[in-house]
Amino acid sequence: MSDFSIFGAGVAGLCVASELRARGASVQLIDPAGAPGQHGCSWWAGGMLAPGCEGESAPEVVSRLGATSADWWAAQGVAVTRRGTLVVAPPRDRTELNRYARLTQGHVAVDAAGIEALEPQLERRFPAGLYFENEAHLNPRDALAKLVAPFDVERELETRAGRRIDCRGLAARDALKALRGVRGEMLILRCPSVVLTRPVRLLHPRMPLYIVPRGEGVYMLGATMIENDGRGHVRARALLELLSAAYAIDPAFGEAEVLEIGVDARPAFSDNVPRVVAREGTVYLNGLFRHGYLMAPVLATTAADYLMGGVKGELLRED
Amino acid sequence: MEVYGVALNSRLMLGTAQYPSPAVLQAAFEASGAAVATVSLRRESTGGEGQAFWSMIQALGVRVLPNTAGCQSAKEAITTALMAREVFDTDWIKLEVIGHNDTLQPDVFGLVEAAAELSAQGFKVFPYCTEDLIVGEKLLAAGCEVLMPWGAPIGSGRGLNNVHGLTRMRHEFASIPLVVDAGIGVPSHAAQAMELGFDAVLLNTAVARAGDPVAMAQAFGASVTAGRMAFEAVPIEAADTGSASTPVLGKAFLS
Repeated sequence: MSDFSIFGAGVAGLCVASELRARGASVQLIDPAGAPGQHGCSWWAGGMLAPGCEGESAPEVVSRLGATSADWWAAQGVAVTRRGTLVVAPPRDRTELNRYARLTQGHVAVDAAGIEALEPQLERRFPAGLYFENEAHLNPRDALAKLVAPFDVERELETRAGRRIDCRGLAARDALKALRGVRGEMLILRCPSVVLTRPVRLLHPRMPLYIVPRGEGVYMLGATMIENDGRGHVRARALLELLSAAYAIDPAFGEAEVLEIGVDARPAFSDNVPRVVAREGTVYLNGLFRHGYLMAPVLATTAADYLMGGVKGELLRED
Repeated sequence: MEVYGVALNSRLMLGTAQYPSPAVLQAAFEASGAAVATVSLRRESTGGEGQAFWSMIQALGVRVLPNTAGCQSAKEAITTALMAREVFDTDWIKLEVIGHNDTLQPDVFGLVEAAAELSAQGFKVFPYCTEDLIVGEKLLAAGCEVLMPWGAPIGSGRGLNNVHGLTRMRHEFASIPLVVDAGIGVPSHAAQAMELGFDAVLLNTAVARAGDPVAMAQAFGASVTAGRMAFEAVPIEAADTGSASTPVLGKAFLS
């Protein structure tokens, strides 16, 4: 029998499994869908570790606690690219940039020449931007593969269960009634003629979007945020918004191949703050919203501190 | 104020888009005291999928005013209104027919056409219009019992672009409920609209995208109350010269 039985092999489950194992506990992972893949929303994430940028809309606690995540991922042997984030706005949406600068920390203002120096691909199309120097990104699918490697994911519980840890995402709504789904749509494009080396966010009053480089001319383009939990087919409107943003960042994206279209629903609590909930012998890690790779390490260490040391961290709730 | 026979206990109407989280939205409504929530059928899609959002809006305990945001023709707006009536179970509709992609200026021709059709089908239409007096007349003739002129383009936060035109409109439609809809950026804009005698203001972006939406919602609630009190208290007229509030004559020492 293992010390802990973790249900759900998405980013939350894998992070807490890795953290507990690193502290000497024995862990079993159970997921009826098997190893990480298209069935889970961790598969479709952007993989940005951008605590500064997220501060535009996320509560302060997310930016503050998420600041250590890049180090956590690097310590797991996951390739973390530390080249910061570049935020740009078209000339007509310059006021959006001012607002963004006011609501976030950890950035420096860059002009057209500064943007070109960071990302020559963008030339001088954008008159002003913000550079978040200390941010990072990773490839989510590589990260999931790295974390799952030491484990055999069981399809169902085969042996006697250890202490139950629930990381089932939106499926945990049967226990966590406050969870809701926030639909997101994303694309994966291949466009070797475009060379971007760091995540680029394009501000727009109605549809702020981002592009994350995945290497070898492949880019992740995301993501819509719609208040419903439908996982059905991508909507034409979403495709239009995503592709027009890519085109605005660089017209060369007009020639991109569309490799994948992803649709899923992010699990979120009503304040969009992720947390660990301890209730009746089960510990839940959930509500990661759009902060999966940024906040899963924080929830994992919070849960491990609680389970193995009785420490009650800032994001822990005992029901 | 009263619209379509319904008494509203606040002169602030708030939109429900663009908040950082549902929890912030709920707290902002509470802090503002708003009596009406506008909701977009388009954005927060419907049926079983959008149920959580819709339940949260219902739990606000305010009157729901669905809108036809993003519609660009009378036909599209009518279709959206019919769907909204089913989904939100109300015959109130904020009618938007957008005519210009950059300024989001209403297409007043399509607006009048859609207002007539929807009124004939039993809707209580709240038309998003300009301060054009003739458009206002046509909308009333089409069956509207309230008019919602813009202050400035949607989301621009520029305040009241045409104070003179809005003042004329207030005089022209003295007995019709008038709501300044769109373009409000800060509480002083809302207070100004209320001081001009408008019955209410409708806004969304100025609260939802503020650094602290809940505090800003409270500020707007207070400014709408202050502006209305000032209007009812009959403000003084602006003058070209100064006039001392304390008479100089009779002072003990003249220096």
